[in-house]
Amino acid sequence: MAHAATAHDDHLPTGWKRYVYSTNHKDIGTMYLWFAIFAGVVGGILSIVMRMELAHPGIQYFTGLASMVYGMPEGAALDAGKHMYNVFVTAHGLLMIFFMVMPAMIGGFGNWFVPLMIGAPDMAFPRMNNISFWLLPPALALLLISMFVEGPAGAYGVGGGWTIYPPLSTTGQPGPAMDFAILSLHIAGASSILGAINFITTIFNMRAPGMTLHKMPLFVWAVLVTVFLLLLSLPVLAGAITMLLTDRNFGTSFFVPSAGGDPVLFQHLFWFFGHPEVYILILPGFGIISHIVSTFSKKPVFGYLGMAYAMVAIGVVGFIVWAHHMYTVGMDADTQAYFVAATMIIAVPTGVKIFSWIATMWGGSIEFKPPMVWALGFIFLFTVGGVTGVVLANAGVDRALHDTYYVVAHFHYVLSLGAVFAIFAGWYFWFPKITGYMYSEKIAHLHFWVTFVGVNMVFFPQHFLGLAGMPRRYIDYPEVYAGWNQISSYGSYLSAVGVLIFLFGVFQAYARKVQAADNPWGVGATTLEWTLSSPPPFHQFNTLPVIK
Amino acid sequence: MKFRSTLTALLGLFAGAAGISEAQAIEGYAKPWQMGLQEAVSPSMEGIHWFHNGLLLPIITGIALFVLALMIYVVVKFNARANPVPSRTTHNTAVEVAWTVIPILILVVIAIPSFRLLYLQRDIPAADMTIKAIGNPGWNWTYEYPDLGLNEDGSAKVSFTASLDDNARDIETARAASVPYLLKTDAPVYVPVNKTVKMIITSDPDGIIHAWTIPSFGMKIDAIPGRLNEDWFKASRTGTFFGQCSELCGKDHAYMPIEVVVVEQADYDAWSQKAQTAGAEEAHKFMTARLEAKAQLAQQ
Repeated sequence: MAHAATAHDDHLPTGWKRYVYSTNHKDIGTMYLWFAIFAGVVGGILSIVMRMELAHPGIQYFTGLASMVYGMPEGAALDAGKHMYNVFVTAHGLLMIFFMVMPAMIGGFGNWFVPLMIGAPDMAFPRMNNISFWLLPPALALLLISMFVEGPAGAYGVGGGWTIYPPLSTTGQPGPAMDFAILSLHIAGASSILGAINFITTIFNMRAPGMTLHKMPLFVWAVLVTVFLLLLSLPVLAGAITMLLTDRNFGTSFFVPSAGGDPVLFQHLFWFFGHPEVYILILPGFGIISHIVSTFSKKPVFGYLGMAYAMVAIGVVGFIVWAHHMYTVGMDADTQAYFVAATMIIAVPTGVKIFSWIATMWGGSIEFKPPMVWALGFIFLFTVGGVTGVVLANAGVDRALHDTYYVVAHFHYVLSLGAVFAIFAGWYFWFPKITGYMYSEKIAHLHFWVTFVGVNMVFFPQHFLGLAGMPRRYIDYPEVYAGWNQISSYGSYLSAVGVLIFLFGVFQAYARKVQAADNPWGVGATTLEWTLSSPPPFHQFNTLPVIK
Repeated sequence: MKFRSTLTALLGLFAGAAGISEAQAIEGYAKPWQMGLQEAVSPSMEGIHWFHNGLLLPIITGIALFVLALMIYVVVKFNARANPVPSRTTHNTAVEVAWTVIPILILVVIAIPSFRLLYLQRDIPAADMTIKAIGNPGWNWTYEYPDLGLNEDGSAKVSFTASLDDNARDIETARAASVPYLLKTDAPVYVPVNKTVKMIITSDPDGIIHAWTIPSFGMKIDAIPGRLNEDWFKASRTGTFFGQCSELCGKDHAYMPIEVVVVEQADYDAWSQKAQTAGAEEAHKFMTARLEAKAQLAQQ
């Protein structure tokens, strides 16, 4: 029946117009996913070069890299290389956050499956959806170009970290690189805000008859909470970086202490955006994991309402904890005490989610298909990242751990091993639906195990480095830290092998062209996308489904 | 403890096989393959040790292992082969209340000592002496001892700038001179043992943000242009302690160490005398010789 619907449609565009002019949520979702894979590979390469550098104390690669890439003479290459390391740190962070995780989760899976899951024919504003996507490539281009234009005198690129604190990002790097990065963030932010408006409108107005909010699939709930966070937090970032831009170029002094400004003001603004941002990165993953755990346990989600409102609670509380990133700026004890308390509260709804996933599996009939294996990996690794978050929430202990590798380990456990595992789980869950092809489960399992061992090898030792006092964003370190750093670097090489296995698996699935069933996952897969063909017709739900 | 040393030995073997040079432990800093916090030498770090090692680490390890155990149980007990017919249970009020209330109780148990530690750190006690540290745009620190007298213009008479020692810039040179690579400074900060030292931390008005830290003292505070931050420590033993700039500050962020030498009150008095009359550089030479002589005497 679904195929018949396609036959009646004569608006199917072809060639490049199908994508560049696209107003189709599935084509746009696909473009987002390819975009995310591209940005992820670039960001991954940056991180592997950093790990190569950090495998041994001393500077091994970046001096040569600076003279190779920028044509630096021997004398200047050392300093340019040190700055280049910071450029890699910065670009890795910005790429992974704005151009990999967000496009994959929200733009990719969100675009593809929010309309399908709520029984809608498309997004509410299809043309706005097009511009949301097509703003991203220029934003990415600006960020990549920034690496090759002057930053500080005699060096190239933005080396201020993804947090771009002034004065390092103003007087510290007077060259145009920072302006490129700011413009890149502005455009990426505009893209996300437009996307957020589109999702909110779609979810509130275009649900199929009978689908009340309390019957909505959890992934849709997750995206709904996420896009509200985007809509409320991104304008604050936009304001902060606009002030940065005018401080840099038009003589204002928002963050200049000698002229009545305050560098710490930027940090408050940045983290008022930045903390919701990290929940933006993980919340869609929560939704994906709920569907996968339920599907492969062949059980409905345990405590559905609790799961939905736990995400709402995480989203709300996420807005009032920002200064826990700033315990060392000199805030008084009472202010810090408030942020300690507020931050720890987030552990409660997060715990509800972890335990509800386990309860969903409890009594189930679990099949260990690739998506489920990735989801199980997610649950455990996210727990590890979550409990170290409870440690860092305590300002007293954060005194020792702030800006050390412990923090790096923590946020990579929740993002690199949390969000990214959720993306791969979603990829293997929905790949048959998106492409209509079944992948090799053997390759998917191999991808999981290599990645699981690799990333744990990268990041678990970083807890030890952090406790022992190794500061983050360091190109070089005292020799006592050599051992764990080397293990961490070996782990990153193994993770790179994992990425190659992933890419090979994708290539092989397209090459084999094994037709996937409409519902390859059986009785546990109950959401509306599985009632459609694989891949779904170009336009679906011409007759709206009715939810009982 | 026995497990620790066995593990360290094993890791050492692995390191040998992997071609990792066996680095030396650094007194007043960390040692190779260290897995925990640095030694506690002040009330703040003692509090951090107790709170992290005694309370937080056992709790988070327990929670992570508990979740892992539940997952293993579920995987073994409820896989499709062992349990072909899934249940339809989606609610259990008692369990849901339990997994909400028990975490809250655990957080309360954590919060009480957490606040006590926080207020210990941030309620600055009456100080015996004050040192001002200024982070410079050239990736080094300027220290001022206002208690040792002021010039006409209000600046401190005893003031010096500490950069990364030339011998500590290169691994081979550092090994040959047996100074800790990237940590040794050319002008350490001298403080007396068992005295409350108040640190005033700021950054050059035209500079960028840095952070001053000594892990063993359990203190870390940002040096921000236009702001005076304060923090404190009370070192419980003599010795040399190191730290490194802990807020990204540009290309030489990793080359901006902090070195504090804690000495007996008599030695400190001798140093301050010398610093006031002959200047900080002479005083540092004088103290290096004096402490070396003292150490040799103690050996005999």
